[in-house]
Amino acid sequence: MRILLVDDEAELVSTLAERLEIRGIKADWVVSGEEALARAGKENYDLAVLDIKIPRINGIRLKKKLQEKNPNMKFIFMTGHASENDFKVCSIEAGPEFYLVKPVDINTIIKKINKALKISGKKL
Amino acid sequence: MTAGVSLIPLIFITIIDYNVTQHSMESEFLLHTSRVVSNTRRAISFFFKERRSSVNFIVYDNDFKRLKEPKRLIEILENLKKGFGGFIDLGVIDSTGRQINYVGPYKLQNKDYSGQKWYEHVVAQNLYISDIFMGYRKVPHLVIAVKHVLPDGAFFVLRATLDIKPFENLLCQLEMCGSGDAFIINQKGILQTPSRYHGKILEKISLEVPVFSAKTEVFEEKDLTGENLIIGYRYIEETPFLLVIVKKKREMIKSWQKTRLQLIAFLVISIILILAVTLNSTTHLVNRIYNADEKRVMAIHQAEYANKMASIGRLASGVAHEINNPLAIINEKAGLISDLFTFKKIYAYDEKLLGLVDSIISSVQRCGRITRRLLNFAKQMDVNIEPVNLEKLIHEVLGFLKKEAEYRSIEVSVKADGLPVFETDRGKLQQIFLNIINNAFAAMNEGGHLDIKAKRENNDHISVMISDDGCGIPQKEIEHIFEPFFSTKTGQGGTGLGLSITYGLVQDLGGNISVTSLGEEGTCSTCFTITLPIQMGSKKGKKA
Repeated sequence: MRILLVDDEAELVSTLAERLEIRGIKADWVVSGEEALARAGKENYDLAVLDIKIPRINGIRLKKKLQEKNPNMKFIFMTGHASENDFKVCSIEAGPEFYLVKPVDINTIIKKINKALKISGKKL
Repeated sequence: MTAGVSLIPLIFITIIDYNVTQHSMESEFLLHTSRVVSNTRRAISFFFKERRSSVNFIVYDNDFKRLKEPKRLIEILENLKKGFGGFIDLGVIDSTGRQINYVGPYKLQNKDYSGQKWYEHVVAQNLYISDIFMGYRKVPHLVIAVKHVLPDGAFFVLRATLDIKPFENLLCQLEMCGSGDAFIINQKGILQTPSRYHGKILEKISLEVPVFSAKTEVFEEKDLTGENLIIGYRYIEETPFLLVIVKKKREMIKSWQKTRLQLIAFLVISIILILAVTLNSTTHLVNRIYNADEKRVMAIHQAEYANKMASIGRLASGVAHEINNPLAIINEKAGLISDLFTFKKIYAYDEKLLGLVDSIISSVQRCGRITRRLLNFAKQMDVNIEPVNLEKLIHEVLGFLKKEAEYRSIEVSVKADGLPVFETDRGKLQQIFLNIINNAFAAMNEGGHLDIKAKRENNDHISVMISDDGCGIPQKEIEHIFEPFFSTKTGQGGTGLGLSITYGLVQDLGGNISVTSLGEEGTCSTCFTITLPIQMGSKKGKKA
């Protein structure tokens, strides 16, 4: 069970990873789309938590590229800018329930991770 | 201005018509007077000519010898009386001035007239017509005397005395309107016939004697009392007399007065009509312009307001986004600290520190709620359309507030029956009602009343009016009530976002919201009116 966290805010994404780890969920984290693609080339991730607005390559495009590498990968989107358009696009790409607005409660993220993995028939 | 354009020509034409009619009628009065004077003068002139000719005929028809016979003279006098009337006596006077034959009621046989002015006049002029005088007879009369020269160079004078009754009858026959007066005067102004207003016979008239003119003259003059008179006169040729007709102008122009009154009435009625029509149409036009201006100003105001709200929305959205990321970091860091205290034994479990961290997380969550509300206000949330029963929905919302209403004895009445099920976003509509009713509860005292009335406006819209009898909203605050962060509850937990979010939600649903508040604070009620479309269409989201 491999999880990848992607957000350009290193402070946020590293802390989130640490908190998940405390709860027994192993997650890698990166701060750019390029790093995420590089990691995905090496590791086989089951799920990615993506920030929508990341430099150079946005979360939606990154999701598509990651999916090319691993078609079974599941996605959860996070954003600080809850625009209607983002919501629509994310709902199409990942389902409306996998769209979270920052700041996000840790328990909510864990619930969403569980739900996503359950859909793909996996467990933490 | 409009009235002036209509009134000036009307007044101008009426004044011209007034003057022309007045001038024409006055000319007619003068002409009429002139005609009466001329006709009467002709009759009087004929009277004298006839008498003079008859006397002339006597001297030509009878030689001197026969005229000296009393019997013949009696016959002649009788014939004259029968034929012409008005003759009183006849006398034959020889060249010495002695009356040698006389027939008549007085004893004038052998009276000596030599040296008398009339005798000298007839001897010199062959004809004499006297003024009217009393003489010793004490009766007004006049004398016509003609001189006849005999073949031997001698002459005699035939003198006839005439009664003035035919004269008076002639003038009396004139139909003088009202206070008109017709009389004869001599050239000294002595009345020869009685006058109705200007003196008795043989008295001097109060008017000046008109200057000589060979033709009929008419002029205007004022009498001693200031009364305007129209005077027509004519000198009667070969007599010492003037025929004078005097009329009071005031009475003559009575018919003109009637015409004048009609003209003035026409003018006044026309002016009133023009003013009324002009005033009415001008008022109507001004009202229409005023209403159009008001609508324009309102439309501009609404456009400005919508623009302002959109700008504020964009600003709020930007601010919320920028704040959300640092908030997320604070949230995660504080969460981690809390996790460490909770999960790692190497960190001493410290309840106080844990409380502080929870406080940070709680504040972050509070900030998160505010930024979400800001984002909501920026209308960036989805619209989920579904059929909604408005009455049911209102009661659902009131269910949340039931306890508070009971606790504060607030009476709530809902009238929303008979409304169709319509399509809208249930969640947003609930939030709208919740915000407004919450707002109303905050403004009301214990025992207040909240009325919710919903009705169908037309085929396309329904309206909901939510009114309370709370403290009201001052007029200066109503303009800002839908702006974000505008709150009258500062320091009491109000964020100032409730009504601004409500505004955004109503706009999202394709509706409008307005508020009215009556009068001064503490004495009034506030009414929010929400208009919503019955059919929102197929589009899922609506962006302003």
